[in-house]
Amino acid sequence: MAQALSLDRREFLKKSAAGSAGLVIGFYLPGKYEALAGIPPKDAAAINAWVQIAPDDSITLLIDKSEMGQGISTALTMILAEELDLDWKKIRTEFAPAAPPYFNPVFGLQGTGGSTSVRASWEPLAKAGAAAREMLVATAAKRWGVDPGACRTENSAVVNSASGKRLGYGSLVEEAAKLPVPVNPKRKDAKDYKLIGKPTKRIDSAVKANGKAPFGIDVRLPKMLHAVVARCPVFGGKVKSFDAAKTKAVRGVKDVQQISTGVAVVADNTWSAMEGRRVLAIEWDEGPNSKNSSETIRKLYLERLEQTGAIARKDGDADAALGNAVKKVEAVYEVPFLAHATMEPMNCAADVRADGCDIYAPTQFQTFSQMTGARIAGLKPEQVRIHTTYLGGGFGRRAEQDFITEAVELSKAMAAPVQVTWSREDDMQHDFYRPALAVKMTGGLDASGNAVAWKSKIVGPSIMSRFFPGSVKNGIDETAVEGIVTLKYGVPNFLVEYLLTEPGVPVGFWRSVGNSHNGYISECFFDEMSRAAGKDPVEFRRVLLAKEPRLLGVVNLAAEKAEWGKPLPAGRYRGIAVVESFGSFVAEVAEISLNPKAGTVRVHKVVAAVDCGRYVNPETIRAQVEGGIVFGLSAALKGEITIANGRVEQSNFNDYDLVRMDETPHMEVHIVESQDGPGGMGEPGTPPIAPAVCNAIFSATGKPVRRLPIRAADLA
Amino acid sequence: MAITFSLNGKSTTVEVDPQMPLLWVLRDTLNLTGTKFGCGMALCGACTVHINGEAARSCITPISSLSGKKITTIEGLSVDASHPVQKAWIEEDVPQCGYCQSGQIMSAVALLAKKPHPSDADIDDAMSGNICRCGTYQRIRKAIHRAATLQPSK
Repeated sequence: MAQALSLDRREFLKKSAAGSAGLVIGFYLPGKYEALAGIPPKDAAAINAWVQIAPDDSITLLIDKSEMGQGISTALTMILAEELDLDWKKIRTEFAPAAPPYFNPVFGLQGTGGSTSVRASWEPLAKAGAAAREMLVATAAKRWGVDPGACRTENSAVVNSASGKRLGYGSLVEEAAKLPVPVNPKRKDAKDYKLIGKPTKRIDSAVKANGKAPFGIDVRLPKMLHAVVARCPVFGGKVKSFDAAKTKAVRGVKDVQQISTGVAVVADNTWSAMEGRRVLAIEWDEGPNSKNSSETIRKLYLERLEQTGAIARKDGDADAALGNAVKKVEAVYEVPFLAHATMEPMNCAADVRADGCDIYAPTQFQTFSQMTGARIAGLKPEQVRIHTTYLGGGFGRRAEQDFITEAVELSKAMAAPVQVTWSREDDMQHDFYRPALAVKMTGGLDASGNAVAWKSKIVGPSIMSRFFPGSVKNGIDETAVEGIVTLKYGVPNFLVEYLLTEPGVPVGFWRSVGNSHNGYISECFFDEMSRAAGKDPVEFRRVLLAKEPRLLGVVNLAAEKAEWGKPLPAGRYRGIAVVESFGSFVAEVAEISLNPKAGTVRVHKVVAAVDCGRYVNPETIRAQVEGGIVFGLSAALKGEITIANGRVEQSNFNDYDLVRMDETPHMEVHIVESQDGPGGMGEPGTPPIAPAVCNAIFSATGKPVRRLPIRAADLA
Repeated sequence: MAITFSLNGKSTTVEVDPQMPLLWVLRDTLNLTGTKFGCGMALCGACTVHINGEAARSCITPISSLSGKKITTIEGLSVDASHPVQKAWIEEDVPQCGYCQSGQIMSAVALLAKKPHPSDADIDDAMSGNICRCGTYQRIRKAIHRAATLQPSK
């Protein structure tokens, strides 16, 4: 998604952030999904779209980003609490409804993705917090008959500095909310920060340790029915006919309904719906993709690699420079489709009525969910209320609306609240996959081993041509080429081509998107160039990143902390990779050993260095990098979705396994202190791990790993 | 057929299809949603509960097999996340999305009951049936070691 932040919509937020209490209260459903303080406060008044204050000084903060593990509810709470000097113990949080004040300025709609949350929200939220604080101080100062400058704030109260008297925010909010919103409120000086930049524990650990955190799948509404859907195993296929006689005989089954995505079995519990689906007889019209296979897709890609693509970036004249090069390095890299495999399978509960619709969903894109609900229910968007739950993992999968569509269609058909739950098999076989690609790399070196030319030709599907069609211009989907067009190595002649190629498999955003594959490909190819130049991979990076202080900084820090160059015990090897993504810079050094007989690689240790500029919570950075490493390691070691007869061959964790406890390396995360940025942190930990591991294998075997996942043959 | 068992210390009777797995009885019949559905095939551990003190995968355990048994779910550990393992989880800032953590905690509690001071190898053995897609394993390992120091001494 959008790499650079455009804050054109800041004006809009300025008006709405500060906004009137009435606007928010109109949407507000008290106490549906509280997190921290248990019982929601009574009579809370809103001072702006994010802050509600009750007479007992308890504070409700509305979190307008989806919490899918990345720690955003803690970070946003820290930003607001800092500017407002809130009593940390009296804060509770609630997920915001779908409404314009909560639009993500990067997308122009309400949504969470692209590692944008802190980058996009820090300024407007801090400003909203500071404005609210000024309004509360002005109210207290007026009551005391003193100058606002004679007041300070602490622990959710205004203090009269001269007299020491205190007025809790709860006693001020109603009057304060009527004041005009200050346009340029005074912000706290960074040196006075009590929370921001300090390691802070997550606010949601307790409810996630006692089973009480409500995920979408946990929603229980009065008279709610449970549904599962049988979808055509071939992408793009449709229902021809079905026979529900056996299904309707299953205990607990209420009805069988054909909907846009397939045939739904509706029951009074989830298991009965699943049992009913097992005996459902459906004849499918498999459509045009039924002959697709991983082999036909690979053949298509390799053919396309021989053609000329749209130019995504052109510096100098790479062909001429290659003609003059003393040494040429050429390689074709391939990556597979990958499933998201969030631990919480897709699900949604909807309650469609004549005059309104409630959608309870683990969604990353509230505005799309609201529009989806309105379209299907035949209502106005403002009649559709979105209740965002905790998300049991997102990673881009929950940007999609397929699970919302099914629940709304079913609730409408049944005239009752319906929860649709996907089985693991549904989830694995009906994903929007991380694209499979083939990329041809060509590099040229001069007689002194300088890199003089680098050509990349990328063949693969486009996520954006489906998701945001308007963004694909001149044949270029930015998400397909990011991670290569964004390379900053000092190679004077640099060419990137892209051939948009649709393989008949739906693709979508997968943690770090294009950087997940292009980071692997470019960093592994870099090590091939290093070897051809006869240079150490870290030394070669230092030379080619000499003018890129932030990339160079993380390479140096990771190399230093991993003791790069220091001899390792026999059988151990190191590899390094560095990737810039989402405004952050991450270098990782992996230490591995090989067992060629067993065909296995063991990753013992990963040292990561991170420069994300100014940051809110260093604890979150560490957690996200650790998690990003494990996520990327699953892809490097195991991840592969294959296609046969137009169908996904994998079905569950037996054939799409993930890294587990016993395969988890020891991880260290080192953070660069910087005043740049801020950069995103949900995704950038993922891209460097696959190339770091593959480069370590390359160093052990002398053979580059040009195809993921890593196979036994790569280790010999 | 009515089936009676002990659930979190309380005698509980349900009248459901005897083949219905415990997971769905807990979640849909009894509205105890802390135990999670992840795979339905005992591959991921999200649904882990204790049956007579042993960690078990509720997604493949038919309710008919549980007559007279003692079942503990995440809700039965404590009402306020005060169990030593839950406290360790909070102190080590373990959860990310949190979806798998009920199952992780139930597996960890069962491990510590058998081995109050487990080694890293013991943790690998006992915990590798529980998948965490967010990759919180390193913190889970630390939290188990920490919980070992918080456990009431026997």
